[in-house]
Parts: sequence; C-alpha cells; structure tokens
Amino acid sequence: MMALTATSAFAGGYRVSLQGQKQLGMGHTGVAVTNSAEVLFFNPAGAVFLKDKFNVSVGANALFARTKFQNETYNWKASTENTGTPFSLYASYKALDWLAVGLAVYTPYGSAVEWDQDWVGSHLVNNIDLQAIYVQPIASIKLSEKFSIGGGPIYVTGGVEFNRNLTRSLTDVEGPEGKRSDVTLDAQNVTAWGWSAGMMFNPVDRVRIGLNYRSEITMEARDGDAKFADVPAFAQGIYSNTRFNADLPLPAELTAGISVQLSDKWLVAFDYNRTFWNVYKSLTVDFASPAIATSVNPRNYKDASTFRIGTQFKPNDKFSFRAGWYYDESPVRPGYFAPETPRNDSMGFTGGLTYMINSNFGVDVSFLYLHFDEVNASYDHYTEDGNQNVSFGGKYKNVVFSPGVGLSYSF
Amino acid sequence: MKNKVIYLAILAAGFASCEPEFENEVTNGSYSAGDADFSSYVAIGNSLTSGYMDGTVSRIGQTYSFPNILAQQFAIVGGGAFTQPSYAEDVNNLGGISGIPGFPTRLIIDAQAGGPEPISGASTVTLTPQATAFNNMGVPGAKTFHLLAPGYGNPGGLATNPPTANPYYVRMATSATATVLGDAMTKNPTFFTNWIGNNDVLGYATNGGSGSTSGMGGADITPTPVFQNAYNTIINTLTANGAKGVVATIPNVTDIPFFTTVPYNPLTASVIGLGNEANGVALINQLNAQLVGPVKQVLTALGQGDRIQLLSTTEGNPLLIKDETLTNLAPQLTGALTLAGVPALQAGAIGAIFGQARHARPTDLVLLTTRGVIGTAPSSPLAVDPLNKYGITYPLEDQHILIPSEITEVSNATTTFNNIIKDAAEAKGLGVVDMNAIMNQLVSGLRVQDGTIYTADYFSTATLSTVMFSLDGVHPNARGYALIANEVIKVINSQYNAKLPFVSAGNYPGATVLLQN
Repeated sequence: MMALTATSAFAGGYRVSLQGQKQLGMGHTGVAVTNSAEVLFFNPAGAVFLKDKFNVSVGANALFARTKFQNETYNWKASTENTGTPFSLYASYKALDWLAVGLAVYTPYGSAVEWDQDWVGSHLVNNIDLQAIYVQPIASIKLSEKFSIGGGPIYVTGGVEFNRNLTRSLTDVEGPEGKRSDVTLDAQNVTAWGWSAGMMFNPVDRVRIGLNYRSEITMEARDGDAKFADVPAFAQGIYSNTRFNADLPLPAELTAGISVQLSDKWLVAFDYNRTFWNVYKSLTVDFASPAIATSVNPRNYKDASTFRIGTQFKPNDKFSFRAGWYYDESPVRPGYFAPETPRNDSMGFTGGLTYMINSNFGVDVSFLYLHFDEVNASYDHYTEDGNQNVSFGGKYKNVVFSPGVGLSYSF
Repeated sequence: MKNKVIYLAILAAGFASCEPEFENEVTNGSYSAGDADFSSYVAIGNSLTSGYMDGTVSRIGQTYSFPNILAQQFAIVGGGAFTQPSYAEDVNNLGGISGIPGFPTRLIIDAQAGGPEPISGASTVTLTPQATAFNNMGVPGAKTFHLLAPGYGNPGGLATNPPTANPYYVRMATSATATVLGDAMTKNPTFFTNWIGNNDVLGYATNGGSGSTSGMGGADITPTPVFQNAYNTIINTLTANGAKGVVATIPNVTDIPFFTTVPYNPLTASVIGLGNEANGVALINQLNAQLVGPVKQVLTALGQGDRIQLLSTTEGNPLLIKDETLTNLAPQLTGALTLAGVPALQAGAIGAIFGQARHARPTDLVLLTTRGVIGTAPSSPLAVDPLNKYGITYPLEDQHILIPSEITEVSNATTTFNNIIKDAAEAKGLGVVDMNAIMNQLVSGLRVQDGTIYTADYFSTATLSTVMFSLDGVHPNARGYALIANEVIKVINSQYNAKLPFVSAGNYPGATVLLQN
C-alpha cells in the first residue's frame, strides 16, 4: 500500500484534495452532501442519513503534476513531471436507525516532486516523496431527523524521503567530474493519531448544512535514516550517516458547507475549507550526530481557505452528471516559496459522472484540471555560512490534471 | 461513432494543453548582444584574467577564469569559440611550473595541518611553447608595459638577471619576439576585456614596499609616464579596428586578504611560548626585564619611548618591525646600554637591531606570507638568542610589512593609474568595470542579487561556501571570478545595451580542502 503515493497538487502545501470520485466531480464539496459513503471523509455525521443500509465506495486517481521553472536573470530552466495515485475506500453500515458505523481509508496529504539531481535549486530539494494514509473508524449518530453528529479516531501511517544537496557548491572531487554532496532523509512507518468530528443539520427538506473538523496530526519522525553521499574526504568525518528527528505537521482543517436539492434532478453544494497551516513554522531536522548542525528551514505557512461550488444533475436512475469549481489559496507566504511544494493559488475545474450498472452498483469517473497562473516567487531564507537570507526563485508554472475512477455499491 | 471521435479529439487536446507554458519562455532569444559583437572576444590582462588562483594556474582552475565564464554567456548571444592556453599536461590539476624555481603547486587547505600549503606532488606543467594566440591572453605577473615588450615570451629571457621573459607567456608566444598585445591582435578581436595594471602597484605592495616607487622592476611601482604610454597604446591598438570592450580599474590592493589577514598584534603569551602559555608568560616577563624594558627606557630618554611597548602577558602583543622612516638610534642605544653596564658586544647588537625598530600599529599591514616568518630566526649574524625571533625580539624587515607611508604610495599610484584607465576608456567610449569601487564594497560586504553577502576575507572553515578569495590571498577563487564576471556583465549590459544572463556565484567552488596532503 505504501507504494501508492500522492502528488502534491491541491490546497497548496502538501494537501491533496482527491477524497472521492463523486464529490471531486462536484468541486470536492461534500460536507453537506449525502450522496455516498464518501461522506465518511467529508462529514461523518452524514453517514447516518445515507438512504441505504450498506454503502461502499472505492476509488483512485491518476494524478499528473507538471511544474516548469525558469529564471531569466541566470538563464535557468528546469521542469519536473510527477505522477501519483491517491486513493480512498469508504464503507458504512447503518446498524440501527439512529446509528451508522463505518471505516474510511484515504490519503489527504502527500507530495512527490522529483527535480533533476543537482539542478539549480538542488540546495533546497532534489526530490521529496511524502505519503500519509489515514485509517478512520467512524460512528454517525442521528440525534433527530434534523440533526446528526459523527466522528472517529484517525490512525495515520506515513513516511517521507527527502533528498537535497548539502550546499550550493560542495562536491566530492573538483572539476567537471565532481558530484555534488547530498543527504537523503528517510523515515518510514511513522504513525500518529488524530480525530475528526462533524455535525449535519437539515433545517428544511432539501437543505443540508454541514460542519466538519479534522484535527492536526503531527508526524513525528524519530530515528530516521540520514544518508550522506558524494561528500569530499575532508568532510566525511562530519557528514557520516546518522539518524535524525523531524516533525511534519498535517494541519487541521475546518469545513463548513451547505447543499440544496433544487429539484429531484438538481443538487448544488457549497463548501468552505479553512486549513490551519500556520502550524508549519519550519522544517527542522535534528541530527543525532552532534557534529552536524540542526537544519532549520523556515516555512512560516499561513492559514488558507478554499472556496468550492459543485452541482449534480441526475436525469434518470442510470446517470448522474457532476461539475464543480473551486478556488484554492496557497498557504505559502511571499519569500517562502520553496521548490519542494511549488504551488501558488489555483483554480480547480472538475467534472464527473456515475453510471449505474444496476440499482446497487455504479461506476464513477471524475476529472480534475487545476489551473495555476504563472508566478514569480522565491524562497529567501536559505542559510549559507551565516548568510541568513539567500534567495532562490524565478517563475513557476504548474499544470495539474487528474482523471479518476471509482466503484460504489450499496443496498 | 462520430461523436466518440470528437470526444477523443477534445480529450487529446485537453491533455496536450496540460503542458505548462510560460507567457515568455526563456530562450536564447531572450538575450541580446546589443551594440556589441562577441564573435571574437579577446581578454587582455594579467593573472586575474588568466584564471590564476591559489598561487598558480591549474588545469581546472583555469576553466573558472572570468573571461571563460563570460565567454559562456557570450555564446548565448552569438559569441564565438573561446580558447585558453592549454593545461592538458596538468593531468592531476596541481598547477605550478616544472623546471624553474618559484612556481610551486597550487595551495590547498590540509585539514590536518589547518593552514594553506602547496598540494603535494610535482608539477607537470612545462614551458613547451604552444606558439598560439589565444582568446585568453591573460599573462600572470604581467605589468602594463610588459604587454608591449618583444621577447617577453622568449625562453632565453627566463635565465637572465633580472629575467626579461615570463614563463607563462613563454608557453603561449607565437614567436620569441612576439608581444602579448601583438598576439592578441591576430585574433582580430571584435570585443575585448582589458584588466591590466594591478601588478604595476601590487608588486611593490606584496614586497612590503621594499622596491622603488618609480621603477620597472618586479617590486617597483611603475613610473606614471610609462604606465600612461603603455596603457594608451594598448587601448588604441585594441580599438583601432572598431572593437568594443570594457576595461577594469585596479582595486585598492591593500584591501585584499594578503594584507588584511594577519593582525599587527598576534603575539599572545601562548604564541610566544610556542603553544605553552605558562612558558610564554615567563618569557615575556624575562624579555620585559632584560631587553624590552631597558631599551624602552633609553628610547624614552631620547623622546622616542612610543616606539616600543612593554609586552603584555594577557593581550596580543604587536609585532616588532623595522621602520626605515625612523631615525636610526643605534649609536645612542648602544651608548646608553653600555653605560648601564650591558656588555659592549651585546649593547652593540641591541643597538643595531633596535635602531629603527618599533612595535607595529593598527595602521601597519602584515603580509600573509609574513605569517610563516614570525618567530623564525633571521640570517643576520647579530641574531643570537634571545635576539633571534623575527617579529618578537628581532624586527621584521621592510619586505614583511607595509607601513603607512608605503600604503600611501600604493594608494596614490592606484588612484593615478585608475584615472589614466578611466580617461582612456572615456576617450574610446568603453565600459569601465570599477574594480576599485567593488573592492571597497567587498571590504564592508557586497550583497549580490541572491542576497548572499560576500566579503574580502581570507578563507576560514566557517566561510567554506562564501569565501571568494583564493588561498593566495591576492586572487579570487572560482566563486570570486564568477562575481567578477557578473560585474563585467553589468557594465556590458548598460554600456552596450546588451542583455546577458548573469551567473550564480554561489554555485561556484571555493578552496580545495584535503583530508591530508
């Protein structure tokens, strides 16, 4: 399962908003939508309002993220193409009229960016592969026909591998044959616990209001492997393989939204996400070897919002069609735009459909296109020999698209 | 079916448009040569143009010469091939020159010993004439008038006293009677850089001001008329066929690490005690009682008491130096000491040694090479124990120290020469890279585009990634030459309406550090 990786694409930072084919089609709204078992992710409180007793949805996306970089001052050009396969699995069971239980497995955070080794920004990152799989048992309780609550503990298992060069100029030998000295930080099977809870309120027929909160989870990598490569002989005494500790926050997210069943055929939904990225102050890597100074890399993220709108058109029992749009703020402040997550504000255009093979079994497909404006941005906080504010930047242009497919079954 | 084809076509178009594209893609077309023509670029100059660093030219070091870095940028806007003298024979990248004295291998930091030292191994660079004109005509050691001197590349001139030839040019010269400038002109330059003149003052300074302030020797300051004639001839020749170019001024050489690294007062008790502080304190007390005290007493009586200070056991003590501008008080010292009961022979020696001696002050500059001299025994027959420690009990010589009057000579000559350079450039509409102004900025810290602050400091382990001077303390390292290339590009861009990309100095290497030599 750990081979399935997600690619940084959405909601800035390393949040990946691909947690269900049906809802992705609707702009990844869903905190107030009870379409399918996907609601376990969007708002566990909604599970008890699902019509069927048993609901299961599985799906995966093929994620294609391309980033191009250039800097006219230095005639620099670079690009990176990355793919990922975020997936989700949701199952709910209405044990009692007022109680539904379920299990959700999803991958809301991840990042895979691989630049050419020793590219111009290699002192910041050569490549990074970050994965986190959330596993969450859920209970959803109907307090009245109008109101429900739900939630459950989240177990996270994840890992990160990160490679970058030690400095901008250190090589193992001199001259053109010299290879740049680099370090790989590798921590796998890092686990942590968190929770999510939500409530759903149906003030009138055809209108649902939802609120969901997913807690911050800090992935505490302990005794990860720090491996140094191509270090010149004189520095090998210092840069010898060791262990490291580092904390990576997976920030909390609050979602509020409303859905309106305009008619039997039309549903519209609006979601607002607030992701509390401000907890990501810095990437601090503390090496076990006392000879190696702690690496402090300021990130200084800010909380960020996402605005989503989606609609579903269901002309008959065989087909549902969906479309959506969202605007996604980047949590990255000016001067902190690092090529490990080179994402600026973006607009997502989504679409999807479901074809019901029979009354219980449906096939979902979705498509996402993320538009990014080209951005002139830099990371201004690289430290070199006491110079605190060495800048690296240029123009970045991202394109992300992702087709997805899923199956849903209910009875 | 038809519909399916259309959908597939739309889908295919959608995927294709998913390739990120910039509104203005950076391509070679993003840059321009402006009014300049880089099809034949020739670099004229001295060591700073040749790619000399760490005390020599080496095979790899040469690839970082600022003209070679520039030529790579010129190539983007139509620049032609750029050739440099061949160092293919320097297989192990040791530099130096074999077969003649005084050309050791390149300096490296030996991590075990700590200090800079020549890399072990014998140089494989020979004097075999390549008899070729190169685009890089930088000749280490050349003074302005040398570029016009026939025979400067004649192997026979290496053995004369003083030598009339330069081994670096011997390797290059197209004939025994060729001149550097003449060879350069055979390349029909359309664009040139001319950075010559440093050695016209530097030689005097690196020899501690022991040479003449108006002479043609290695340790002299070039006479102004000679400099002026030579410089103008060079510029007139280079521009005769309409070539454009930039010239560079002479940096204030006394700001380079060669003069600013060794403090005037390095003599702590520990240093005097050869690493043992208690021994040092004992020795200091003994010296104060038996030598420094009595000498200072006599000097004080003569109204010159500030020449010498009693040594401190807690602070760094200044070096003892010879200041040839002082009145020689040898007879008075000897006389007074003899009267005080010092044996005649000893009193005579002290008088002779301390006659023009004084302790160094913050305004004196200690040469980098003097660091290795401090504490060693002078060859003078007078230097008998305890008067046998250079800088401590025996004054360092003229060639070890630049004193204020000598610094003023260097500074005045630099200003005079730079005015000649700027006037010549202005007369021909050439760009001027004011290396003097840039050097002044480096002293306090020069902030480049990416925010890195570079200084004129000498190597230290804490500045491995930012030091821009090489280990010889005079010449930049690869990173420093990249910085210089950027300064040249700035001038070309503004003077000739060109748009050349810069290089990122931070990505260029610094000193070579070896685990062991």
